[in-house]
Amino acid sequence: MDELMSDAMEPVMGEEGCLPGCMTGKGCLIYIVVVVIAAFLTSKFPVALPEIALPAEPVFTLPALGFTVTNTLLATWLTMLILIVGSILVTRNLKMVPGGLQNLVEWGMGVLLGLTESVASERGRKFFPLVATIFIFLLISNWTGLLPGFATVGTIHEAHHGGYEVQQISVLGANINLLQGQEVGEHETGFTVFSFLRSAATDLNTGLALALISVVMTQVVGVQAQGLRYFSKFLSFKDVMGLIVGPLELVSELGKIISFTFRLFGNIFAGEVLLAVLAFIIPYLVSVPFMGLELFVGLMQAFVFAMLTLVFMSMATVGHGSEGEEH
Amino acid sequence: MAPGDLIEFGKLLGAGIAMGFGAIGPGIGIGLLGAGAMQAIGRNPEATGQIQTNMILGIVFAEAVAIYALVAALIIKFV
Repeated sequence: MDELMSDAMEPVMGEEGCLPGCMTGKGCLIYIVVVVIAAFLTSKFPVALPEIALPAEPVFTLPALGFTVTNTLLATWLTMLILIVGSILVTRNLKMVPGGLQNLVEWGMGVLLGLTESVASERGRKFFPLVATIFIFLLISNWTGLLPGFATVGTIHEAHHGGYEVQQISVLGANINLLQGQEVGEHETGFTVFSFLRSAATDLNTGLALALISVVMTQVVGVQAQGLRYFSKFLSFKDVMGLIVGPLELVSELGKIISFTFRLFGNIFAGEVLLAVLAFIIPYLVSVPFMGLELFVGLMQAFVFAMLTLVFMSMATVGHGSEGEEH
Repeated sequence: MAPGDLIEFGKLLGAGIAMGFGAIGPGIGIGLLGAGAMQAIGRNPEATGQIQTNMILGIVFAEAVAIYALVAALIIKFV
């Protein structure tokens, strides 16, 4: 129990020594060591705070098309590459009795299919491809976004305001610029990094694209299941209530797009900012437990996105099932 | 203080207030949801899986309100 508590209290410990409740000698010693290491790291190896920017930074432009490739788009392509190569590797040598990688993937698919069918019962198999694709894509993209190299390796640009010093070192004949932790003064030029890769979901467009796919497919599935009767949800002349509720239903369909988009964007973007700021405050040490938190958040957001798509779809197939629908 | 500074001051304060007050309601809501789900699991441990799935969906709807506050804060700060 003591061990557990000491782990949990590590980040809140300041210079003032031990909190009450951890007065065992060993716990106290651990705190002192941790605080000393943290203070040493903070003073000797400061980490630059990256510029927190909402829009994705451009990496290069395809001149023929006039199309700018941004770092989040590159990360999306990387995710697609991982998924394509992974699926080829898994399905290249299929066996009746699976082993190794095939076994793992089959187990994962089995869990996902079971979950889908438990929510949507007999229609589960029909919804499964879309729902599972959203889940796997988001899971891989959120988790690759935490790898080292994301949001840290890139080209150096002059910062608009603030910024950091740059130190040039030479590795194997190539010049590499390192962003230093020291902030530049008032009138010097500071630098900031435009990274090559940035977690795909930190771009609003990724979430928006997936949200549009999800909401449009919900309408398609609804029409497939109920025919034109599906639209009686939005416009009905049967009674006064229908006339009032119809526009509200329409607004809630649009609200779905907004909340899908911003839920994903908000969670992943906030996670990136949290990690960057924590690394800036106390280098290397405090970010580690929060990496675990971000792994969990990434899994959860992928799950929630897929699950909500599934629930909305199965609600759209049932007529007048709109009571529980909120967004 | 230049007028631009005043606008910047207002923007930062507004973003903070928007996010801070916007997080109160969802915080209470998610707490209630978690408490209810824990009680339900305690009473009926066999239904854990189903309760968890429904709890997560409920939490997501409560969280959406906080996300709207985040959007408002981001718009105030950056637009």
